[in-house]
Amino acid sequence: MGNQQKHIDYDKIAQLDSFKQLVKKKNSFLWTLTAIFLIAYMLLPVLTSYTKILHAKAIGDITWVWIYSAGLFIMTWSLAHLYVAKAGKYDKEAKAIIAEYERGQR
Amino acid sequence: MSFTAVFFFVAIVGLTLVITWWASKRTSSASDFYTAGGGLTGWQNGLAIAGDYLSAASFLGIAGAVALFGFDGFFFSLGYLVAYLVVLYIVAEPLRNLGRFTLADMITARFDTAKVRGTAALSTITIVLFYMIAQLVGAGALIQLLLGIEYWMAVLLVGVMMTVYVLFGGMTATSWVQIIKACLLMLGTVIISFLVLAKFDFSIANMFTQMATVTEHGEDYLNPGLRYTDGLDTISMLIALVLGTAGLPHILMRFFTVKDAQTARSSVIWATWIVGIFYILTIFLGFGAAAFVGKEEIVTANAAGNMAAPLLAKALGGDILFSFVCAVAFATILAVVAGLVLSGASALSHDIYGQIIKKGKISEKEQVMAARIGSITISIISIVLALGAQTLNVAFLVSLAFCIAASANLPVIIYTIYWKRFNTAGAVTAMLTGLISALILVAVSPNVWGPEGKAIFVGEPLFMLSNPALVSVPLGFLGGWIGTLLSKEKADEAKYREVDVKANTGISVQDVSH
Repeated sequence: MGNQQKHIDYDKIAQLDSFKQLVKKKNSFLWTLTAIFLIAYMLLPVLTSYTKILHAKAIGDITWVWIYSAGLFIMTWSLAHLYVAKAGKYDKEAKAIIAEYERGQR
Repeated sequence: MSFTAVFFFVAIVGLTLVITWWASKRTSSASDFYTAGGGLTGWQNGLAIAGDYLSAASFLGIAGAVALFGFDGFFFSLGYLVAYLVVLYIVAEPLRNLGRFTLADMITARFDTAKVRGTAALSTITIVLFYMIAQLVGAGALIQLLLGIEYWMAVLLVGVMMTVYVLFGGMTATSWVQIIKACLLMLGTVIISFLVLAKFDFSIANMFTQMATVTEHGEDYLNPGLRYTDGLDTISMLIALVLGTAGLPHILMRFFTVKDAQTARSSVIWATWIVGIFYILTIFLGFGAAAFVGKEEIVTANAAGNMAAPLLAKALGGDILFSFVCAVAFATILAVVAGLVLSGASALSHDIYGQIIKKGKISEKEQVMAARIGSITISIISIVLALGAQTLNVAFLVSLAFCIAASANLPVIIYTIYWKRFNTAGAVTAMLTGLISALILVAVSPNVWGPEGKAIFVGEPLFMLSNPALVSVPLGFLGGWIGTLLSKEKADEAKYREVDVKANTGISVQDVSH
């Protein structure tokens, strides 16, 4: 942050179509995936508390509950990387929006 | 106490003091003190987050819980890990884009009042103190056991060390203590896991087959249900774990130590990998302890199972590995409590003193002085409380801290970023409802009231869940919603657009002028 910060007209940026689109895209991505991983996660205690289906053996003596848990680990890592890849794209769009706004200011 | 044990302890204390001395020369402004000048790289901050997060409760507690209860002990690992997705998806970026030093800074990006800041500081300090008492009481018991010194001496030792790091080295020293601790912890855990796996001929299938017979529980050991028998309580606990991390002050604070949202993201990725690998290895620690140490010896050393991992190290690697693991556990406690002191001090000195009492009219020098005084204050309060809490069973305090973080902090963070109509009254009621409902529900829960004296008081609990998140998190969200709708105050929409633009583009952090 420099000493002589320019005044930023936030309303103007908020009104840009490109900005509105970015926010819409971003939010629908974020909340869809958040809902998915929270459901996948909360389903585990529901299944273990109210059913016995995860008690069955899957591989040798390893029961399904461990496989499900391993799945949650893999899900966490995958979704973390998916997010970063997506966010990288959104960053580019955000830069373009700032550039568009700056052009409009001149 | 053996020579090797003393050697490892002295080495860790010496190393961390050298770092503190080095960091102290780089700590001159408030921003250096609270956020290491915002200059940490992604991997550094990622390791520091992991070091801050993997508390003794994770290392010693989960290993012990898996050893004693099989799968049920592993539930915590799942919750703690998946929580990082909530942090990454919802909190990390906007927080970095909007905030400066504290959670309150971020909320007041939208609502410019002392009330909001004061309430946020109150919830931060409450969480920090509960978390800290749990850590210090655990530390006292552990070091008492390891070094054979008195409980009060052990608490003072840890307390003085953490104060020294924070006081002289600020966030730079604290971060590096956390980074080193994360590396040592991973090293220790990998070595023990390798030794455990070698005992099972490097076959995970073989390990599970043998584990189905070695404990008193038989095949049940490999399935859930040994520890958590009440479905709602299990669900409630898992909600607190997954949503609480995103509201923990010492974790939130770690996002101000990087320069932009991109680095914040990359640090969460690092943290997710390290923490994930660590939690997978807790299976080996727990299974190994159950198989090669045995329940009796684990419970004799510590009823909660906290000595499982050190005892396993002794069984597999003798005195040297035992001493190393004990020293790592010690470093773990130091790193976590130092991070807690800093986040408590930031709420006390920056939010309450600097911004509310002094209304932001405070020189750089006074800010640093206030930060140091705040650190000492938080340290002294927590040491005194920990000394008084020796005989209490404080294990539930950590889950209470997670629950308050999930109920008081998370709703207000989400509303601030995503809800246009949200207003000052809503922010205050959201935080207060979450905080107070969590406190009251725990105060009347089985943690505090038990018919046979296993809890703090003898009597019937009024609320049956030992973790109230299932009720208090929705209450926090509801409180914010009702508070917003009932107040006559109109939301400042221009301010919301500013927050929305900043959070989504990072503008003004990156600065448009270049």
